[in-house]
Amino acid sequence: MPLARLIPCLDVSHGRVVKGVSFVGLRDVGDPVELAKFYSDGGADELVFLDISATPDDAVTMTAVVAQVADVLEIPFTVGGGVRSVADATRIIESGADRVSLNSAALADPALITAIADRYGSQAVVVAIDAGDGVVHTHGGRVATATPTIPWAVEAAERGAGEILLTSIRCDGQRMGFDLDLTRAVRDAVSIPVIASGGAGSAAHVAAALRVADAALVASIVHENPAGLPGLRREIESLGIKLRPLKERR
Amino acid sequence: MSDVIVVDYGAGNTRSVCAALTHLGHTSAVSGDPRDIANAELLILPGVGSARSAMEHLTLTGAAAALRARFDEQRPMLGICLGMQLAMQSSEEDGGVEGLGLLEGHVRRLTTGRVPRLGWAMVDPWDDAYYFAHSYACESSDAIATSDSITAAVQHGSFLGVQFHPEKSGDAGLSFLDQCLSRA
Repeated sequence: MPLARLIPCLDVSHGRVVKGVSFVGLRDVGDPVELAKFYSDGGADELVFLDISATPDDAVTMTAVVAQVADVLEIPFTVGGGVRSVADATRIIESGADRVSLNSAALADPALITAIADRYGSQAVVVAIDAGDGVVHTHGGRVATATPTIPWAVEAAERGAGEILLTSIRCDGQRMGFDLDLTRAVRDAVSIPVIASGGAGSAAHVAAALRVADAALVASIVHENPAGLPGLRREIESLGIKLRPLKERR
Repeated sequence: MSDVIVVDYGAGNTRSVCAALTHLGHTSAVSGDPRDIANAELLILPGVGSARSAMEHLTLTGAAAALRARFDEQRPMLGICLGMQLAMQSSEEDGGVEGLGLLEGHVRRLTTGRVPRLGWAMVDPWDDAYYFAHSYACESSDAIATSDSITAAVQHGSFLGVQFHPEKSGDAGLSFLDQCLSRA
């Protein structure tokens, strides 16, 4: 089995990183390219960029960001937000992203999962599920749908998703730990890998999530102190989770 | 002229491979032209996409014939992920696809663990972790490295193939590419 992965998530709006990155060591904390490189150097296993503005105008901006990130990053990255068609996926993957993440667009048109997987392979398609009270939510978790979480995860996998990015709405932003029961239930129901998301407040929380999931998404815990990423990794490893060994910087 | 040609076959992420080469101080170009394939100092067959459409594209453009000729002339080639799998005799993907047949071996769907197999994994005997993203793997007598008992690298004649993505494997991947380039 591959090693557990630690994945910082960057929210991007109009081409700039938003939400709580506070760090004096960076020249420009709003620059997705600089922050991506910083996290990559700090030992991130992968990155996720979420375009939270995602209006048609922003698609052009985001594509440019993806290309710039691809030119400096030597770790994989996923782009979500605003992927609503195969053409959107093509634009993002051919600009250098490894994977696209689909959320409400996949719910509205599940065939989109298959169409992108057929072209780029399952490993290129992540289906993001915002889950709460047993059902899938849309609009950043604000609107409950009638779709139950676990059957949707199973359907997404059957249609060709290569990974589930599972966010617990209840835990997200609380920093009190991940929803381990939800994560376990979804992971048990599918045979594709699952990224746990929502609730990371400490190394112990992340380690607990990595015992039930294949990867953990982290946001504020790293954004409030980007230089603390190597230390966070060491702490997670000291709790018995095996992460990839980092080479000496050349 | 560019010293590395990254083969274009209609799908996939050639940009990251070129970026890694630039980082290592090499010039590269993306091309599917049989003449470029014949003349390149080092040829990289990258990987993403489906085996069937990749083989159809390579055959139609004459690239497949150029790749076989290059192999017969013992000129260096590196296959990455699907690019490695295409060098085999056949693949189970897409209901069965005939490969380039440069190496003896077949590509089969993974049957153990979570599929797709995603993430960093240790490679034996190289003792380093590299990034993998695949649902199929090679079974070949030319295997020279493994990862969780799955073929991680094959070598035969002038062809070296890796299942992982060196262009996405951080410093370990860059070191690997650097070695390939210095040997080419």
